[in-house]
Amino acid sequence: MDFLSPSTLDEALQAKSAHPEAVPIMGGTDVMVDINFDRQRPPALLDLTRVPELAEWGPDGDGVRLGAGVSYTRIMKDLPESAPALVKASRTVASPQIRNRGTVGGNLGSASPAGDVHPFLLATDARVELASVRGERCVPAREFYLSPRKTVQQPDELITAVLLPARTGPQQFAKIGTRNAMVIAVTSFSLVLDAARRTVGTGLGAAAPTPVRAGSAEEFLAAEFDWEGARMPSKATVDHFGELVAAAARPIDDQRGSAAYRRHALAVMARRALSWSVIDYRKEGVRCV
Amino acid sequence: MRVKFHLNGEEVTVDDIWPGESLLYVLRERLGFPGSKNACEQGECGSCTVYFDEETACACMIAAGQAEGRSVGTVEGLGQGENAGKRSLGFVQEAFVDAGAVQCGFCTPGLLIQADDLLKRTVDVGMSTPGDTEIREALAGNLCRCTGYEKIVDAVRLAADRHIEARGNA
Repeated sequence: MDFLSPSTLDEALQAKSAHPEAVPIMGGTDVMVDINFDRQRPPALLDLTRVPELAEWGPDGDGVRLGAGVSYTRIMKDLPESAPALVKASRTVASPQIRNRGTVGGNLGSASPAGDVHPFLLATDARVELASVRGERCVPAREFYLSPRKTVQQPDELITAVLLPARTGPQQFAKIGTRNAMVIAVTSFSLVLDAARRTVGTGLGAAAPTPVRAGSAEEFLAAEFDWEGARMPSKATVDHFGELVAAAARPIDDQRGSAAYRRHALAVMARRALSWSVIDYRKEGVRCV
Repeated sequence: MRVKFHLNGEEVTVDDIWPGESLLYVLRERLGFPGSKNACEQGECGSCTVYFDEETACACMIAAGQAEGRSVGTVEGLGQGENAGKRSLGFVQEAFVDAGAVQCGFCTPGLLIQADDLLKRTVDVGMSTPGDTEIREALAGNLCRCTGYEKIVDAVRLAADRHIEARGNA
């Protein structure tokens, strides 16, 4: 096994181009587990922890460009204003030790349907920045995931950043697990209200072969929501929103939960996320006008 | 491959490393520092928690080569140096002994590092003793199968209180 240790993004892209079979490693929270348990023996590891360009974040127009190598701990510290649902999702990741190491880039590279950041990236219509020696491209998160652990990332490409649009309204994230720490999501849900465009975004985790949106729930809520006064929607509206979210899931029975439980939990999380969002929307009234 | 890093303040060089091996393996099997424990090898148990460039991490999930040039701190480095030929315990270690927070002891090294880090980020920078919720959240990734959590939380609180007291007397 080779160990490639580039110290700039250019070097990293050249290394990935020369060794497309090399497995990128950041926090190691997925890659090292696979190696420790002999599940994979890649011909090379491509260590990206020394590439400074990946560990940065900053403004990108009105939004945020978040380097693929920024740890969850740093996200929690730095992004509570610009991406509160991402902060909430980050806080549910495993343990402090793992949040110190784990990154959004790693979550995207592994592309587990249960990954904690996917629902938010879908809901907020984030874009994933991919780079190679051939150039750079941005793919909407909504087109990034193809099947379990398969994405549009090409063998010579590295995930370099996610581009988060400016926040213009409330964001929520909820996750079901057996305890508050060290849990792979049984299922998870994110809701983003875009007050500027008056649109609704959703993302469902561990609910289908890939992270998915609930398109009809988004359209329904965008039409029903009181964008002027944020009146609490009727019980019928809240319930129907929950039903539409649950209906978008294609869950399976596995050791973490049954398909029926996942659908039920999604409806509950969707109703709660909606109620929390209405309250947030009122609190943030000025920002949202 | 050869990897060079700082371990508890001293530079170490290790040769003939297989690139897929973990920092934990390097510490235990190649350098003879068995304080960090090897249990789950998947980041679930926290027994191998070490300082890695001032942040805590599970050594089982750090590839050896990622440690090149970094600073690593293990439980062996928590003591306060030698006193009359005997190595004395650090603040947090003393508190774990006094509070009865050690049963079989396997989870203890990881808990000590994680607790030490919590105190560094709170009482060390002038904050008060962390509440139980904060202590529990900080230790959420460290499993104790002797069901000793109550005493462990007591120990962290005790260490923080003593630290604040010592600061007051200074």
